[in-house]
Amino acid sequence: MAATDTPELAAFRAEAREWLATNFPASLKGRAAIMVNLNVETDEPDFLAWKRAMGAKGWGVPTWPKAYGGGGLSKDEARVLSQEMVKIGAFSPIGGMGVMMFGPTLLEYGTEAQKQRFMPGIVNGTTRWCQGFSEPGAGSDLASLATRCEDKGDHYLVNGQKIWTSGGQYADWIFCLVRTDTTRKHEGISFLVFDMKSPGVEVRPIQLISGNSPFCETFFTDVKVPKDQLVGPLNGGWSIAKRLLQFERQSLSGAGGGTGGGTARFGAPDLERMVDKYVGRDEAGRVADADLRQRLIAHHMEARAFALTLSRAAAEAKSGSGPSAATSIMKNVGAKIAQDRAELSMEMMGHQGLGWEGEGFNAYELGMVRGWLGGKAVTIYGGSTEIQNNIVAKRMLGLLDHQ
Amino acid sequence: MAVLSEEQTILRDSAREWVKDKAPVQALRKLRDSGAAFGYDPALYAEMAAMGWAGIVVPEAYGGSEFGYLSLGLVLEETGRTLVASPLVSSALGAASALMLGGTAAQKEAWLPKIASGDAVATLAIEEGPRHEPLSTALAASRTGSGFTLNGTKSFVPDGMAADVFIVAARSSGKPGEAAGISLFLVPADARGVTRTALKLMDSRGAAVIAFDGVAVGEEALIGAPDKGFEVLEPALDRVRAGLAAEMLGTALQAFETTIDYLKVRVQFGQTLGSFQALQHRAAKMFTELELTRSCVEAALSAIDTGTNDIRELASLAKARANETLHLISNEMVQMHGGIGMTDAHDAGLYLKRARAAEAAYGNAAYHRERFGRLHGF
Repeated sequence: MAATDTPELAAFRAEAREWLATNFPASLKGRAAIMVNLNVETDEPDFLAWKRAMGAKGWGVPTWPKAYGGGGLSKDEARVLSQEMVKIGAFSPIGGMGVMMFGPTLLEYGTEAQKQRFMPGIVNGTTRWCQGFSEPGAGSDLASLATRCEDKGDHYLVNGQKIWTSGGQYADWIFCLVRTDTTRKHEGISFLVFDMKSPGVEVRPIQLISGNSPFCETFFTDVKVPKDQLVGPLNGGWSIAKRLLQFERQSLSGAGGGTGGGTARFGAPDLERMVDKYVGRDEAGRVADADLRQRLIAHHMEARAFALTLSRAAAEAKSGSGPSAATSIMKNVGAKIAQDRAELSMEMMGHQGLGWEGEGFNAYELGMVRGWLGGKAVTIYGGSTEIQNNIVAKRMLGLLDHQ
Repeated sequence: MAVLSEEQTILRDSAREWVKDKAPVQALRKLRDSGAAFGYDPALYAEMAAMGWAGIVVPEAYGGSEFGYLSLGLVLEETGRTLVASPLVSSALGAASALMLGGTAAQKEAWLPKIASGDAVATLAIEEGPRHEPLSTALAASRTGSGFTLNGTKSFVPDGMAADVFIVAARSSGKPGEAAGISLFLVPADARGVTRTALKLMDSRGAAVIAFDGVAVGEEALIGAPDKGFEVLEPALDRVRAGLAAEMLGTALQAFETTIDYLKVRVQFGQTLGSFQALQHRAAKMFTELELTRSCVEAALSAIDTGTNDIRELASLAKARANETLHLISNEMVQMHGGIGMTDAHDAGLYLKRARAAEAAYGNAAYHRERFGRLHGF
């Protein structure tokens, strides 16, 4: 038991520990990074059993209400659960955009019928959701989106194109921003959900510079959507989208303790080990490349400052004084640190960091190259660095646009 | 902002009120123009001490409130906002910490109550060269029959003209660059052979060169064991670094807020300056640095209070970050104010000057990055 546990928390800790010991398969220990991946569907029996157990218990979404299949835990209990899971190398098998973004949004804006219908699939991890926000003509200026949604009496008809649909080729359902009024910008957007198997939905994976295809183009041609799949009021989708993007930022920064794990995960996990392997040290034990050494130290300090800021924000949020001002900077800082780390790793590997595939390079080196390239997306998606800076300037500092 | 206790919130709020009321930037300007040798207003410091601020880290047994370093940091953040000149860092934080960490019972009884009440000012006399490098201590401490004789010079001693007593780092053995062989001595300012010369610094605070010419001190003047003074000095310096970083955070915050306010009212091309994206993103950058710095400063102060084993790296992280953040913001303050920021009538220049003085004190950013790197095996 931790020194700070109340008797109630201590009892919960014991309960959680016992349940985890019974249900978490030892074969999965420490394999979170491999198992919980948007683009990999594993059918290992142990994984499926673990997913079923966690889904039934509601502990994949520990703080969500029990009425919708969540764990119904307090924040403190959820923290204890997470601590106990880390202790034994366990991880939540239930994640993705349903958990990180759509679920919390639906809890706030959905009708009772919509919650009863969609929450079980999220809570059990059986429905995979994708996000239909960005369009070819609507990136940072998201509200200029043009995918048309027309009222056809007994259904909506959707025509248009989405892009950067993460995991679109694997998704079962999509939550989507559509234009229901062409005469107004923000006030003409609605929030619609539909089945990706609907006639007229076509998904084309996009090959990225890393060689992977985590994103898709998604085309809609006369897609019929039942009217009870509109979330929130007609033309009221923009507020819902903004709320959902807050959840996204939270999970991208790692601030929400979400399954995203934070953007700081790109690049080498242990820079010091890389120094020994690729760079070497002088007689005094210092990194042999003096210039690189300075930048490694500065990077290390930046990462520490970020980690301290994450825990400060968590402590402030827990104290009930509202969300910390620090959360507004986290996406940018986390993304920058992740990219710097990948760049430093590439620099240290030198020619060993130039391999694309095949002989002459080990799996770690090849993985680093792909990770470095893939990581360039973190300062673009989820609101680019520039958009985040706009948000800080306007919302935190009160600096207005040109009038 | 760290999660504060009710008492800490009251302390922070009362400091904020007092500073606004009694010690606005105008007070520093007046001090500067009066040319006072002390480098602070003794009447103001007496008020601060009367509120208990000089005894915040001092144990109750010695007249303090034992309220902790994070609490003192809260006060320093507020005094930093308006550049309040006082011996709070030199005496109530630095010297008090050294005495608490290594002083004998007699030394503590003699000085801590007076430091806590503000009746005495004590200060660390460390520097000998242009840059902070405590290991380079060379001022000679030669053994005599009854104690030691001190010969040498200390420079940039904060509040050196006002101090009643110095805590002097001296070399009793070994050579400059080594930690072993440094001893700490408590030397009254009126000891025979001590002469002091005022330095006029650009931040208008008090500093002095202190010459020690055959100053005789007894064994009872030693703080900590002979030759092992660095074991007391290093943790004392880390406490000063963390506290000064809190003061610098306050200075940076005020410089930032003053600048943002100006961006909201200054109109050019028919638009407020703050509506130009080039400036908005620089403002966002400063805001980001301030948030990160606050996390580091509060973590360092809390680590001191709870006695964790990472105080050294956190103190270096806090001081390095405070240095870099204040450096950036003090420059941006002048640049974003444009011509008016170059005038003596505007406060920007006062913040810029104080920024550089505080950056140099107890280790600049390069010093602390290097120290952090060594601690982490780079």
